[in-house]
Amino acid sequence: MAEIALHGEEHGHPTGLTRWLFTTNHKDIGTLYLCFSLLMFFIGGSFALVVRAELFQPGLQFVSATTFTQMTTLHALVMIFGAIMPSFVGLANWMVPIMIGAPDMALPRLNNWSFWILPFAFVMLLSTWAMPGGPPTSGWTLYPPNSLQTGMAFPFVIFAIHLMGISSVMGAINIVTTIFNMRAPGMTWSRLPLFVWSWLITGFLLIGAMPVLAGAVTMLLTDKYFGTSFFSAAGGGDPVMFQHVFWFFGHPEVYIMILPAFGIVSQIVPTFSRKPLFGYHSMVYAICAIAFLSFVVWAHHMFTVGMPLAGELFFMYSTILIAVPTGVKVFNWIATMWRGSLTFETPMLWALAFIVLFTIGGFSGLMLGLAPVDFQYQDTYFVVAHFHYVLVTGALFAIVAAVYYWLPKWTGHMYDERLGKIHFWISAIFVNVLFFPQHFLGLAGMPRRIPDYAVQYAEWNMISSIGAFVFGFAQLLFLYNLIRAVRGRGPRATAQVWEGAHGLEWTLPSPPPYHSFTEPPKIDDAQAHS
Amino acid sequence: MAGNTRFCLAIMAAALAGAASPAYADYATGLTPGITSTSREIYWLHSLAYWVCVAIGVVVYGAMMWAIARHRKSRGAVAAQFRENARLEIVWTIVPLLILVVLAVPATLTLIRMKDTAAPDLTIKVTGQQWRWRYDYLDQGVGFFSSLDTKSVDASKLRSGIDPAGVPNYLREVDNPLVLPIGRKIRLLFTSTDVIHSWWMPAFGYKIDANPGFINEAWTRIDQPGTYRGQCAELCGIGHGYMPAVVVAMNPADFDAWLATKKTEQASAAAGAERQWTKTDLMAKGQEVYGRICAACHQPTGKGIPGTFPALDGSPLVNGPVSGHMDRVMNGKPGTTMQAFATQLSDVDIAGVITFERNSWGNKTGDVVQPSQIKAARK
Amino acid sequence: MDHSESHYFVPQPSYWPIVGSFGLFCLLGGFALLLNDESLIGGYASGVGLLVFVGMLFGWFGTVVRESRGGRYNDQVDASFRWGMGWFIFSEVMFFAAFFAALFYVRNFAVPWLGGSGDKGIAHQLWPSFHAAWPLLSLPDAQHFTVAKEGMEAWGLPALNTLILLSSGAAVTWAHWGLKNDRRRQLIIGLTLTVALGVLFLFFQGHEYWDAYTLKNLRLSSGIYGSTFFMLTGFHGAHVTIGAIMLFVILMRSAMGHFTPTNHFAFEAVSWYWHFVDVVWLGLFVFVYLL
Ligand code: HEA
Ligand code: HEA
Ligand code: HEC
Ligand code: CUA
Ligand SMILES: [Cu+2]
Repeated sequence: MAEIALHGEEHGHPTGLTRWLFTTNHKDIGTLYLCFSLLMFFIGGSFALVVRAELFQPGLQFVSATTFTQMTTLHALVMIFGAIMPSFVGLANWMVPIMIGAPDMALPRLNNWSFWILPFAFVMLLSTWAMPGGPPTSGWTLYPPNSLQTGMAFPFVIFAIHLMGISSVMGAINIVTTIFNMRAPGMTWSRLPLFVWSWLITGFLLIGAMPVLAGAVTMLLTDKYFGTSFFSAAGGGDPVMFQHVFWFFGHPEVYIMILPAFGIVSQIVPTFSRKPLFGYHSMVYAICAIAFLSFVVWAHHMFTVGMPLAGELFFMYSTILIAVPTGVKVFNWIATMWRGSLTFETPMLWALAFIVLFTIGGFSGLMLGLAPVDFQYQDTYFVVAHFHYVLVTGALFAIVAAVYYWLPKWTGHMYDERLGKIHFWISAIFVNVLFFPQHFLGLAGMPRRIPDYAVQYAEWNMISSIGAFVFGFAQLLFLYNLIRAVRGRGPRATAQVWEGAHGLEWTLPSPPPYHSFTEPPKIDDAQAHS
Repeated sequence: MAGNTRFCLAIMAAALAGAASPAYADYATGLTPGITSTSREIYWLHSLAYWVCVAIGVVVYGAMMWAIARHRKSRGAVAAQFRENARLEIVWTIVPLLILVVLAVPATLTLIRMKDTAAPDLTIKVTGQQWRWRYDYLDQGVGFFSSLDTKSVDASKLRSGIDPAGVPNYLREVDNPLVLPIGRKIRLLFTSTDVIHSWWMPAFGYKIDANPGFINEAWTRIDQPGTYRGQCAELCGIGHGYMPAVVVAMNPADFDAWLATKKTEQASAAAGAERQWTKTDLMAKGQEVYGRICAACHQPTGKGIPGTFPALDGSPLVNGPVSGHMDRVMNGKPGTTMQAFATQLSDVDIAGVITFERNSWGNKTGDVVQPSQIKAARK
Repeated sequence: MDHSESHYFVPQPSYWPIVGSFGLFCLLGGFALLLNDESLIGGYASGVGLLVFVGMLFGWFGTVVRESRGGRYNDQVDASFRWGMGWFIFSEVMFFAAFFAALFYVRNFAVPWLGGSGDKGIAHQLWPSFHAAWPLLSLPDAQHFTVAKEGMEAWGLPALNTLILLSSGAAVTWAHWGLKNDRRRQLIIGLTLTVALGVLFLFFQGHEYWDAYTLKNLRLSSGIYGSTFFMLTGFHGAHVTIGAIMLFVILMRSAMGHFTPTNHFAFEAVSWYWHFVDVVWLGLFVFVYLL
């Protein structure tokens, strides 16, 4: 790990442990974020494997119902706040300054703080395993009054979420500020790479949504410990109100986890199609439309709570409307490939799988969005299948694609292409073995968040669990491939790395110098986005 | 890449096979069409949405596969350099919009019908609590709890050694099912005494949350007699997976007969509260109630689960004055999962379970608590 | 300071961020322990955490002040600070929005429903003797709550406090004019006035809270009216406190001769913050007290 940037520059920059603890360098901080999120991915994935092992067959074999539900809760919290979000922030840290020709992030010390809050937050969150009673058994959504029954762990979870929120908001402020203020001369808005665009909008979503989550969990805390009655009818409150506030955060949150993925795919597909991105402007408009809509659809998670008819209708219409801008993006990617000159290196494979599989997740999302039908789907494995298609084969696949895509740039060495392809094919096949049968389970009537199930669901659960184990262990190949490149095993990477690559990041040597663009580059159309 | 094409085709084939068929022998795959007009409308909407997605998928993936197969560098493809095509972009914005309208119109109509609870023939209140349902026939004065049956309870213990496959309707069987007449409009009111639950009956076509302190409404009219099974669908704590809902639908005549027997049963049970009980009878009653209700948390051994549920065996409160024990069982402890059982259990049940707890495991107080004491404490 | 730097200033590695993270961790972890009745370690941990955190603020801002006065920040750095502060305030607005939304929801939905009106008035069946009103003094089930005797009055101290905060907003703007025109006295007097008005506001609010707790028996635990009232005004009060402290620091720095008519971002950031606190109060006055 320490080697990544060491190659970069000869003359003195900090080394050793303090380099990582005190760093203000966007590349170092990006590396920290990426390593941290990889660790969290393995931890969160291990929790998922416990879940899948228990669901392998009916009856309880390994863990109690309590432990099972706690695994589900922490699996989601760790994956969302520990794996997916930090890895996107890590990618932004590494790439945004380079892509816009900035010397560093706008607020480098704050950047370091955003990162270093995270390990503390997760120590706090994971330490709840050691507390009497253990972590909450309320799922990641923490609905009261159920979550209020949590024991000692409760305030620790709440404060961990507060810390994650502080970290995300500061990270987002930094990225947004960087994009507004640090673009090199000539890097106009319409030359901004799409990854940068997608992060700009994601930044808005983060700043708008995370504080609302902080407010929601603060109300939980005071309801439990200070006698307020926000969520208790006895005092004039309403438990459903929590769901409104939570999902006002929660829905933008899911787009926080997909917009940067859209940005990544919009970088990779043109590169390996050797053709400019189709519909640059409509891509940007689509991101903005999705972001706007994401703030007015939240109650589609609550179709069954008993909303008045007008509410159900409004949220149904606004929800399905999101299919339009998202469709524009899918169509544009395919039009980019159309009459291109395609090659299928590992990043491209992951990006293509993203397009196919994310769309499947989008389709099931659309079906969920039809309120009357959601009365059957809600809180079943159909929903679980939906969100893993958009999160795992969506967000996660895009992250893996991005890592393969930019790894040669970061380390100066190519990863092992053959191993990358093997990793891809095992993952792509078994992720479907893992999640596709969950659609069937949900439709056939299996609720989510249950440790044990009626025997008619045995077959698909067994298949799904097999998929989970193969998919999970295949990620060790990824780990190995990463370590290999970081330690300089592969062939040297050129500055351009990929034949069809365009953009500022490919004008720097691989790896880039510790401080890049201390003199702002001049950007013309040729260097702008492909 | 050929592999890529094959792989995507395989997914699509699996998807097609999976969604359309209501049930594959063992490999349950599809949504149930159900036995009410609502459930059938939903089933139809589901199929419509599904086939719309398949059709769009065929077009989208087809175009993608074509590009992957034909426009690859290894076949000598040279990249075109076009960046935009306004007409195309307008088309693929408008067409999806129109498709959405096609989906939204029938969905709206169904939703409006689902919300129309007016003019019911029968009203039933469904109350969720950790972790069983209570059904009250509001105008008939009949009401009872419905809990997971004991065979499932035993088999579902961690490493129970019992094969669930051998338990009939594992996790989907209850002691007292909800009995409903067919052909009548039944209005259901949902609420909860503790956390949020969700009553899901796939054959009816919906689930509705049961929110503490509030009431949700829904209605149904069942077409065919039969037994229908569902379960709680909102995470309500560790017993969430063990909270089935079972409906037995019968002809109105049979239903009326059933209702009459249930009424007499309840009247005789209420009479029991007036008389003096022997210790043995109370212990037996208490053991039954304890096993059915309390053991889920405090465990059959009375040892509880350290950190989560306190042990009753040796508990100072249980071995202390009767009044404190009664208070905890009847009024619960707010903010914990220990509920106020006064509203849920009869005088006899409470008297029994308290007597049982005070004289079981290592507890040897020798006290006997009579139903009349409970009745007096309710004032 | 003179804008000697043409390069964007990228600071040296700094230990303040990780010190701050550690401080926050101890502070919150300690508080969580306190909530679990682990008073001894909880108290120590949160106390140490608070000290570390405050120390970090001094250290970090001290560094920033030194760098700024050393002329290390060019216009672009200044702009970064502006964007950053602007978005930070926006995030604070969204934090308050959650609580305003809660107030809006209970007043327009939850309480009427419980009282039997609106789309879901059927909930009234569960609380037959409950009567919906605002301020909500009689609760659906008062068993576990403190019953309040009366609600808050808008046209007493709150109206006065509105006036006070508005004039303090004017005062800080007046001070800003002074700074821009290099009239130090006006700057210092304006700032002193602002801080004094802020403290006065807090004093009156403390008085109001005292009345609420003792005379009106209105508490956090008085049901949803007390919950929304104290949480909204409480978080606002906390922000006023922070704002007043920051203004005081700015006052001290002004007294020490910091800031120039063209370079005084710290002053502006704090005054933005103060105006934000002001606007939130106007929202509170209308939605919490008046309506
Ligand atoms: C990255 C995350 C992500 C993304 C992108 C999405 C995208 C979408 N989601 Fe999903 N969703 C989640 C993450 C995500 N979701 C999570 C985590 C949950 C569960 C949370 C929990 O309860 O724990 C959830 C739950 C969830 C529900 C609640 C289900 C329930 O609990 O009952 C609903 C309901 O409407 C929904 C809808 C949608 C829709 C309509 C989209 C749309 O954005 C999809 C749009 C995309 C397409 C439609 C495909 C491409 C389009 C075309 C090819 C154009 C043509 C298409 C048509 C005209 C149909 N989602
Ligand atoms: C961001 C997203 C994210 C990601 C990436 C994943 C990834 C996975 N998820 Fe999950 N999941 C959620 C977000 C995510 N999930 C959310 C939000 C919920 C809802 C929670 C709730 O209901 O509250 C959920 C719930 C959920 C459930 C439902 C649980 C329930 O309802 O009770 C299941 C069950 O199958 C599941 C499975 C999986 C699996 C098998 C993976 C796999 O993709 C994971 C693969 C990775 C690994 C397996 C890691 C590799 C580990 C090893 C190789 C072991 C070696 C170990 C070390 C070196 C330490 N997830
Ligand atoms: C859903 C879980 C749950 C169920 C079911 C349950 N309890 Fe409890 N019980 C608890 C919890 C949690 C506590 C601890 C409350 C506290 O924090 O003091 C408790 C405490 C008690 C205590 C006080 C013990 C002590 O030493 O303080 C008694 C007595 C008791 N329960 C009796 C019963 C009886 C009788 C029943 C069944 C009729 C029952 N419980 C059912 C969860 C449950
Ligand atoms: Cu009751 Cu889940
Ligand atoms: Cu959503």
